[in-house]
Amino acid sequence: MQELRLELDNIAIDYGSRRVVSGVSLTLHAGETLTVAGANGSGKSSLLRILCGLQRPSRGKAQYVVAGQVLQPDAARAMIGWLSPDLQLYRELTALENLHFFAQVRGLQLHRDDLEELLIEVGLDGRGNDLLSAYSSGMAQRLRFAYALLHHPPILLLDEPTVTFDERGAALFERVAERQRERGILVIATNDPRELRFGDYILRLGM
Amino acid sequence: MNHEPTNVPLITAEPYPAQPRPVAALLAASWAVFLKDVRSELRTRYALNALLLFAVSTVVALSLGMGPLAPSRNADLRLIQSGLLWIAILFAAFTGLSRSFVQEEEARTAAALRLAAPPLAVYIGKLLFNLALLLLLVALTAVLAIVLLRLPIGNPGLFAALLIAGSCGLVAATTLIAAIISRASIKTALFAVLAFPLLIPLLVVAIRGTEIALDGLGWDRGILPLQVLAGYTIALVTISLFLFGSVWET
Repeated sequence: MQELRLELDNIAIDYGSRRVVSGVSLTLHAGETLTVAGANGSGKSSLLRILCGLQRPSRGKAQYVVAGQVLQPDAARAMIGWLSPDLQLYRELTALENLHFFAQVRGLQLHRDDLEELLIEVGLDGRGNDLLSAYSSGMAQRLRFAYALLHHPPILLLDEPTVTFDERGAALFERVAERQRERGILVIATNDPRELRFGDYILRLGM
Repeated sequence: MNHEPTNVPLITAEPYPAQPRPVAALLAASWAVFLKDVRSELRTRYALNALLLFAVSTVVALSLGMGPLAPSRNADLRLIQSGLLWIAILFAAFTGLSRSFVQEEEARTAAALRLAAPPLAVYIGKLLFNLALLLLLVALTAVLAIVLLRLPIGNPGLFAALLIAGSCGLVAATTLIAAIISRASIKTALFAVLAFPLLIPLLVVAIRGTEIALDGLGWDRGILPLQVLAGYTIALVTISLFLFGSVWET
């Protein structure tokens, strides 16, 4: 069992000469959920990209502390699951081929049964052999959940998690959010006021 | 927001999986990237069609424009034939070798790959994929040149060895550059501009070496260009292994 926390220190995000986020400082511990709210273009997605090391802040520092060891976001990627509208998987591969590939490059020893079980969990039972190009937007979002949860990440970053979901998809999100409380840290970026209730803390951007 | 609760919850779920030995894990991940690219390519023909069409049309155009060249018409015939062969290979490679990285950016799959795969595994996997693609292209171009341009092969073993060694060098030089240009707006032009200075020494050695093979001279004459091409490849792959992480993450 490991101690885990996320620390943001005075984070700022600039796009050209425009500063969209400034002065974000917080500490989030395992078992806690942060909800990031704000209008379009307020920097929610950029903040999550910083948290998974895909983008650098214009100013400030983001880091994880794992069992006393300080890790920059790009060094903590093995522990991070990320879901975003920006995230695209391989349309020319099937869902199972996608998950098998990402399991292999993550060094996971997962068998087909494990992957099929994960697909059942996200509501894609029996659709594992379909090419991703044949998926609807809601099904593609479910597969993004499978990608994000593949390695049981203690840090889960969900950007607009229910944007293309029906009611059953929303229930999937709720199950994942509840379970992540037992697993580690959860950060949700959302425009949906109904999702704010999942946060122990709410960070409003663009105010 | 800054909040420090007194009871720090601990992770209770199963830990993220232990990694196998680093080198074995890296090689397994590299092989997975290679196989994924092969499978994607076989289904989309994203690079294959461009490479093969360019190679076929170049050799056929040369054949129709010049006809089979007779030794009596030019004393430097073998050098000219060797140069034509490598120029056809080079320009076909320019059209196709950058596509494995460009495709990741254009299809917006690069972020998923960055998050999940070690950068070195991405580099090695793409390097292997580009090498497989180029060897296929080189084999086809050579066969077409032999048939349509009546290319005489005096020393087939040396000819094949030089084509393979030259292909390795070409791939070593272009794979890192392909990663650099994949997010640029003028990809093909930039690819050629950046790759060309690196490729001049490779081309000079490959053309001269292939001339030796066409002339039917022995391995004792061909070993030096092979050694130079091998050294060139090793140097560029080594440099790329050090630089790729920064290029891929930036």
